Amino acid sequence: MKFIKIEDCYKVYKNGVTATAGLNLEIAKGEFVFIIGATGCGKSTLIKMLYREEKPTKGKVIVGGIDVAKLRNSKVYKLRRKLGIVFQDFKLLPKLTVYDNVAFPLNSMGAKKSEVKARVVKALELVGLKEKIRSYPNELSAGMQQRVCIARAMVNGPKLLICDEPTGNLDPETSKEIMNVLDGINKELGTTIVMVTHDKDIVNRMKKRVVLLENGVLVSDELKGKYKAHESI
Amino acid sequence: MKAFRILLRSINDGLRSIFRNFSLSTASILCSTITLILVAVAMVLSANVDNFTKKIEDDMTIVVFLDSKATSEEVEIIRNKIDNIANVDEDETIYKTKAEVKMEMQNESAIFNTVMGDWDEETNPLKDTFQLKVKDIEQINETAKEIENIDKVSTVRYGEGLVEKMVGAFKWIERIAYGAVLALILVTIFLIINTIKLTIFSRQREISIMRLVGASNFVIKTPFIIEGMFLGLIGSIIPVLVVLFGYTTLYDMTHGYLFSPIIQLIKPTPFIYYTSAILVVIAMIVGMIGSARAARKYLKV
Repeated sequence: MKFIKIEDCYKVYKNGVTATAGLNLEIAKGEFVFIIGATGCGKSTLIKMLYREEKPTKGKVIVGGIDVAKLRNSKVYKLRRKLGIVFQDFKLLPKLTVYDNVAFPLNSMGAKKSEVKARVVKALELVGLKEKIRSYPNELSAGMQQRVCIARAMVNGPKLLICDEPTGNLDPETSKEIMNVLDGINKELGTTIVMVTHDKDIVNRMKKRVVLLENGVLVSDELKGKYKAHESI
Repeated sequence: MKAFRILLRSINDGLRSIFRNFSLSTASILCSTITLILVAVAMVLSANVDNFTKKIEDDMTIVVFLDSKATSEEVEIIRNKIDNIANVDEDETIYKTKAEVKMEMQNESAIFNTVMGDWDEETNPLKDTFQLKVKDIEQINETAKEIENIDKVSTVRYGEGLVEKMVGAFKWIERIAYGAVLALILVTIFLIINTIKLTIFSRQREISIMRLVGASNFVIKTPFIIEGMFLGLIGSIIPVLVVLFGYTTLYDMTHGYLFSPIIQLIKPTPFIYYTSAILVVIAMIVGMIGSARAARKYLKV
């Protein structure tokens, strides 16, 4: 059973730009997949469609059994509660503490206070940030903020973690730490991870499935793939 | 239970948000305060114009002079005919014999007393009268004509011409006052909605993050609606105080009337309480609508 199924997917923006053109891709539960490609190849659009920030113009995008093209705007939260999203710019709420930021998705669902507390602590332990529970985002380093973002994405126990260039704003050492956290989540919790990146070192070191896009089309899909010499991404 | 928890959190978040976004909250509150003061003034004015108009209309009386030869049986028939006219308020109809009219006039003025002192039943030139009030002042002319056609009715007087002019003028004043209240309420809604929109515009990133982490539209909008409601409530404090103390002071200073005892002001109690309650409700509803409309704009991520 494939967790993500993309069939003949086209995405053409209102200004005429084609982001994906007949894309087909399947991702099984528990996989760790890198999506790579040059700027403008459609990788960001692809993952935006996974969490329904964008809708496909044609074709199907099915995530955890939900057809995102058919999902009404007011029901999008049902899909997003099934997955976690890690952003390049963290998207933390600056006026909330680390605890409140991580607790936010659970509070939105009306979870009990005791349950929220237990799960927030667990999520922060997962990313090694329990001691920063009362800090505000601007008191943390970029690496720590990204770990808070991962904790917020994981607090709901999602089956899928979507990462949009999570190491894009980080130095190599911190990037390594973040990748270790994500690898641990994938291996220990069996969470499916789809990650868009430009970082060659990370892709080459992790030896995971690598999907290469070019002009909105899938051009290579390799298990334990690497950046190839001719790919000037 | 879950919905109750979400609602409690929304109230908590809404209140905290007022303090977190203090400067913008202050702008919204000030905007509400200023426009609501204008609404309050317009409401007080229109209510007083309405009250004054009604009072004058209530005081309008038709006087029916009967033929001096009318017998008591005929007077009774005339009374029945008058009371059967739809526009006549039968509970207010008063019959006075010419002797009663004479006595009343003598009591009112010393000159009348001297002149009328020698009149007896035979020489009294006055006439028996009916004094009556109408239900719809705009129909007074038709009602007077109807009464005039009754047998043994001599003359009918009600201040013809002047009454129609006054009624017409009052209707216009009322319309203008209501129009002013309505226009001010619309301006208030527009101003408050736009100020709250500005407040929420500065938080569109916050709203988009809420959407991305799986918050439903209800969960996102509710704290904003509650925040708007509280902003409106706080903004209505000064206008309410203006009504409560300002109107009472005005009433005391003018002894309850403007320029002339004819133009009587509405008594402060319970008028000021009703007006204050209406202001608070307007402020809260406008705050809620403003927030909901502004938040909805950013719920498309």
